[in-house]
Amino acid sequence: MTTAASPTRRTIPDRLDGRMSRALKSWEALLLVVAVAIFIANSLASPYFLDPWNLSDATFNFTEKAVIAVAMAFLVIAGEIDLSVAAIIALASTAMGAAAQMGVGAPGLVAIGLGVGLACGAFNGLLVTRFGLPSIVVTIGTMSLFRGIAYVTLGDQVYKGYPADFAWFGQGYVWWVISFELVFFLAVALVGGIVLHRTTFGRKVYAIGNNPLGATFSGIPVERIKFTLFLMTGLAAGAAAVMLTSRLGSTRPSIAFGWELEVVTMVVLGGVSILGGSGTIPGVVIAAFVMGLVTFGLGLLNVPGIVMSIVIGAMLITVIALPILARRVAARRQSSNRGAA
Amino acid sequence: MNMLNQSVALAAPILEMRGISKSFPGVQALADVALTLRPGRVTALIGENGAGKSTLVKILTGIYRPDAGEILIDGTPTRLETAADAQAAGITAIHQETVLFDDLSVAENIWLGHAPRNRLGLVDWSAMRARSAALLHSVDADIDPRTRLKDLSIGQRHLVAIARALSVESRVVIMDEPTAALSHKEVEDLFRIIGRLKAKGKAILFISHKFEEVWRIADDFAVFRDGKAVGAGGLADVTHSDLVRMMVGRSVDQVFPKTPARIGETILKVEGYCHPTEFDGVSFALRRGEILGLYGLVGAGRSELCQALFGVTRPSAGALTLEGRPITVRSPAEAIRAGIVYVPEERGRHGAILPMAIVENVSLPSLHRTARRGFIRMAEEFALARTYAERLDLRASSLSQPVGTLSGGNQQKVVIGKWLATGPKVIILDEPTKGIDIGSKAAVHAFMSELAGEGLAVIMVSSEIPEILGMADRVVVMREGRMAGAFDREGLTPEVLVRAATGNEGGA
Repeated sequence: MTTAASPTRRTIPDRLDGRMSRALKSWEALLLVVAVAIFIANSLASPYFLDPWNLSDATFNFTEKAVIAVAMAFLVIAGEIDLSVAAIIALASTAMGAAAQMGVGAPGLVAIGLGVGLACGAFNGLLVTRFGLPSIVVTIGTMSLFRGIAYVTLGDQVYKGYPADFAWFGQGYVWWVISFELVFFLAVALVGGIVLHRTTFGRKVYAIGNNPLGATFSGIPVERIKFTLFLMTGLAAGAAAVMLTSRLGSTRPSIAFGWELEVVTMVVLGGVSILGGSGTIPGVVIAAFVMGLVTFGLGLLNVPGIVMSIVIGAMLITVIALPILARRVAARRQSSNRGAA
Repeated sequence: MNMLNQSVALAAPILEMRGISKSFPGVQALADVALTLRPGRVTALIGENGAGKSTLVKILTGIYRPDAGEILIDGTPTRLETAADAQAAGITAIHQETVLFDDLSVAENIWLGHAPRNRLGLVDWSAMRARSAALLHSVDADIDPRTRLKDLSIGQRHLVAIARALSVESRVVIMDEPTAALSHKEVEDLFRIIGRLKAKGKAILFISHKFEEVWRIADDFAVFRDGKAVGAGGLADVTHSDLVRMMVGRSVDQVFPKTPARIGETILKVEGYCHPTEFDGVSFALRRGEILGLYGLVGAGRSELCQALFGVTRPSAGALTLEGRPITVRSPAEAIRAGIVYVPEERGRHGAILPMAIVENVSLPSLHRTARRGFIRMAEEFALARTYAERLDLRASSLSQPVGTLSGGNQQKVVIGKWLATGPKVIILDEPTKGIDIGSKAAVHAFMSELAGEGLAVIMVSSEIPEILGMADRVVVMREGRMAGAFDREGLTPEVLVRAATGNEGGA
């Protein structure tokens, strides 16, 4: 440069610390330690825990929720949330049940489940992006709306009589003890992880979550991307509805009641900031295993359901408080980078 | 005034800092600096952004602890471990964006944390209001202490902040860019109060980018550069250019390094651009290699016009022609694709994604080029970011550093780099040097000239007349959303610009 150039031109390094040291310091590493500790504790607490079929059963506890959590992670990172996912399951399951009554076969039922999920996601996305409403309000509303439709349709009835081949999605095994649900979840997680961490779409999601106005001014189609994320979350809820309905073999309007909080807990436990802008898919995947192991371990010990929900609640509060407290300790130890100017 | 200064010049310092050092990961913010503040004197602290001024203020107010060095108050070594220690030592800071509470009353803001108590230990509201009124009176602020703070102007808020400083019996008052957001009259009020504080024997540390203010109000100076104290003494002993040289470490002979550019053919034509509320019937042409200044008062519709050109908002009428072809710009993405980019006025809100890394910010609008089939290639992004970081002489510890941890001038370099990386034809710079120091300012100006020299067309929105006169080849003046004139560089005077911008056509 001309007159204003400094006499000494320094080369700026790409990064200060290496890949390894960043990985070790991460939230994911801490979570992995927790997961291993719970695994060991479970195997010590119950002699049946390490049985392969038992471990396989353990995965059914969380794979359906975890599929939604992967999609929800995108939404939360982008600064939005969808609290209607459990209600979407109820509506999708009700639609599948009604279709099964009319004699629709397994492929048709899957298409209906996924289709209802997509439609509900589109409805949420439209309300948020087109009318600029806050997603927490919109999806609390649609949570009542979707489940309300299921209740009106079903009353105190139960849909049963799903075709025999429909059972595979929730009860089938791909190989030995490896269930379809587990494989499906891992595939969704893999694709989700690649999209979030390796594609420009994922980068834009982070940009939107950190500064939506700044993202708009950088030429990012903020509304279109948010709409896509609502659509994907609806689709994931639809997929979860297929698996859950298939596993239970019946539909009640109260199906998957309260799941939205467990999904959000997985996402937050996985290190996704509830304020948006940060978090990873590997974190959410490990968090899903941690939650699955905790609830299953407590189940093996015959801990009643109400105590389990206390444990889940305590976990949620802890993971929200921990990073804030850790940051405060770190800030006290050394005043942050930020004032270097 | 001079007589008075000399009589107190020998007074023992209230506050002395010796050998203060402070480092952050990758940055030595302060290295062995010294500073002396004496009673009844205003000391101006001058330095570029990133020179260490803010760090020093944070050490003095107990927010940061120095790695080395000592602080003496009245000759006694004192440790300022917390904000409470600093307050107990009689040090108060009034910041750029003063931290006050919008929904509390003026009196509560003044007395928060040290409110007068009655015998029962409860807040003595009537004493609080009476003393607030007295304090406000002493700073010439005619404000009812019961007023909510949010109902006050920025200037009035400053006066409340000063009243708060006086309420804790501070002996050292730090003013960090106190005039940045004030009107001319409010600045005059502030200076009168500073004079009164001086007369009461308070030591004042005055931080400002504006040299004319420094010359008017300060007695002593201290210059920081790259975390070191490079000069200190009485202002009477130095000249303006001495200070500038100390500050930037070189002499800035030409503050506006405008090089005569070869101006080419028309690249952008704006015809009859209208907006329902902000602007009306704006037409101009922009040529290759030209810097077009857009001047006007705040609220004249310049930023709104630029944002419409960039597709953030849509015009209600008007036509745009780029390189002879009519285009419509419905979104920033379309503008970027067409080759029109916009460096916004509000860096933190619109310009950069502050929590994200430098490299991610630079590549954000160019992701389609650094990526392959939608997959990110970090090596390409680092290469892109490095190219512009080096071209703009960015100061950062690494390219993965969050932009929010950089100084204002360096943040602006990241934003400019981000847009140049898209390979634009037209670049719109909205108040590109607002709130950045002289050194970074000169760098931005030099860079603008360089870009124009390379054939880029530049639109520069500025409210600073010297900047407009120094940099622009042609000037369009806007007033209340309409064009109030277009002028060539030759023979243009400040009077002509001001007359056009204010509508005072009397003499023209």
